[in-house]
Amino acid sequence: MKKVTVSICTGTTCYLMGAAHLLCIDEVLDPYVRDHVEARGAHCLGLCHNEANGRAPFVKVNDRVIADANLTLVLDAVREILEEEN
Amino acid sequence: MFHDNKANRLRKEILLRVARAFFTEQPDKSLNRIPLVMRPKRGESSRCCIYKDRVVLKYRTMAALGFSVENEVDELKPISAYYEEALKRDEPVKPVLTVIDDACSACVTSRYSATDACQGCLARSCESVCPKGAIEFQKGRARLDPEKCVNCGLCMKACPYRAIIRIPIPCEEACPVGAITKNETTGREVIDHTKCTYCGKCLRECPFAAISDLSQIVDVLKQLKAGNAVGMIAPSAIGQLPGTLPQLVSALEQVGFARVVEVAEGADETTRQESAEWAAKMSEGERFMTTSCCPAYIETVERHLPEIKPYVSDTPTPMAFTASNVRKLNPEAVTVFIGPCIAKRVEAAKNPDVDFVITFEELGAILVGAGIDVLECEEAALSTQVHSEGRGFAASGGVTAAVQALAPGNAALEPLIVDGIDRKAISRARTWATSSCSGNFVEMMSCEGGCISGPGTLGNPKIALRQLKDLLEKTPSLKAETVIDNQPPFTERPPSIYMEKI
Repeated sequence: MKKVTVSICTGTTCYLMGAAHLLCIDEVLDPYVRDHVEARGAHCLGLCHNEANGRAPFVKVNDRVIADANLTLVLDAVREILEEEN
Repeated sequence: MFHDNKANRLRKEILLRVARAFFTEQPDKSLNRIPLVMRPKRGESSRCCIYKDRVVLKYRTMAALGFSVENEVDELKPISAYYEEALKRDEPVKPVLTVIDDACSACVTSRYSATDACQGCLARSCESVCPKGAIEFQKGRARLDPEKCVNCGLCMKACPYRAIIRIPIPCEEACPVGAITKNETTGREVIDHTKCTYCGKCLRECPFAAISDLSQIVDVLKQLKAGNAVGMIAPSAIGQLPGTLPQLVSALEQVGFARVVEVAEGADETTRQESAEWAAKMSEGERFMTTSCCPAYIETVERHLPEIKPYVSDTPTPMAFTASNVRKLNPEAVTVFIGPCIAKRVEAAKNPDVDFVITFEELGAILVGAGIDVLECEEAALSTQVHSEGRGFAASGGVTAAVQALAPGNAALEPLIVDGIDRKAISRARTWATSSCSGNFVEMMSCEGGCISGPGTLGNPKIALRQLKDLLEKTPSLKAETVIDNQPPFTERPPSIYMEKI
């Protein structure tokens, strides 16, 4: 199965607005999901420059952009993608 | 201790928007629009309507500009007028925590409530145990009469279904000294400034973000433009912003700090003097000595624990040593302490060597406003005069480890670490003066986990602690010449023996 990529933007804006806390996502993934997820901090994704994109912090789950991201939103997206692919 | 939530993000967003506005050509225009942009027409509101939200947002922006909401005279005075005023002041405002009246949700006074889990049982222990007859049954379910209830909690303990719950008032619950209480007429919370220790716990715990402190962000932005500001970054800077410590230093230089120093260097000096002071006091027959670097602890002693005062170390804090060194080198320097702490503003107000204090949150907002991406910054060279003892001050246990490393005859040092000052810790401390203290060196930290989890942090304390440990392993120790064992100065300790949690 292809891994789901979670890129947590760690540009200064996203980091300030909560990305710092999202970086511990590994700890909340359940063991089954963890093997299928690759989570990492990413350099600024550039999404904060346009207010139309929504609020920071931004997380990309594969190609999906999540604005005002929190762990629940990110985990939901991961689960959805895993279900779609299987 | 999970402090990344919507209330917290809202507070940071205000700081960020203020800092961003500062760097635009017409700050007044963007500033006046903050409430409108954050709560646009037909958008969602978090209170009754967007209009009330906007008023509260205006008050938040005032606090971010350093103005106390309580002092509002003219409701029509625009944010831009406050901004102009802020730019004119040369000294920071007197530190004070205030409740934004309109933001306070006036949480219910009746602390106990019967839930749907009530089975309307035959025993009705709650009813028989209640000394005030406050429990009545409606449609077979228990109900507490708030007029009669005296919040004794006996019914909660008596219910076999755990159907009665206690609803806390988060700010009052968090305050270790009873400084925040309800105004009986309005139902809103009021802070008693004679009791407040500025620990920041209420500010963090209020789910409506109704408590705010007065930011010095504009004052510092102004100094950065003037070009004579020296940034003094606290040991807990690690993990508070993206990138490495050397990258953060170069980001600070980019944003306009003429010089950046690590307060850890001052913490090394605190270590040297405090360990000598401890040894001297012990040989004079003192029973114990407490640390002095946590300003919320110092305020607690001043206001609530006068009996402990004789036992507090006289050694100046890392911030004090650092600022005094900066001043010695350049008497004209404008000193800016950057840390995790809002109580440091109180300490700074008493110390002429420290001009301004901002938190990591405020620093983050300044960097964003200036468009600086820390991860893209070069790595600046750090001072070689910083040791692991000083850097270790950032986390609970760090000060003890440092003093222990340097204390002559350190076998006799019996540490007691108070990791987080709450009500229990304060009443325990009171007994140290009258009866006995189980250690002879007491580390007092207002925040659980130490400075890395302070109210002005934006990093995750767990990740920050990991990064701190990595950094400490690469940092030389003050006792390098007299190394006896290879144990790093900051290590995990078995809590039962070493750390007495109270």
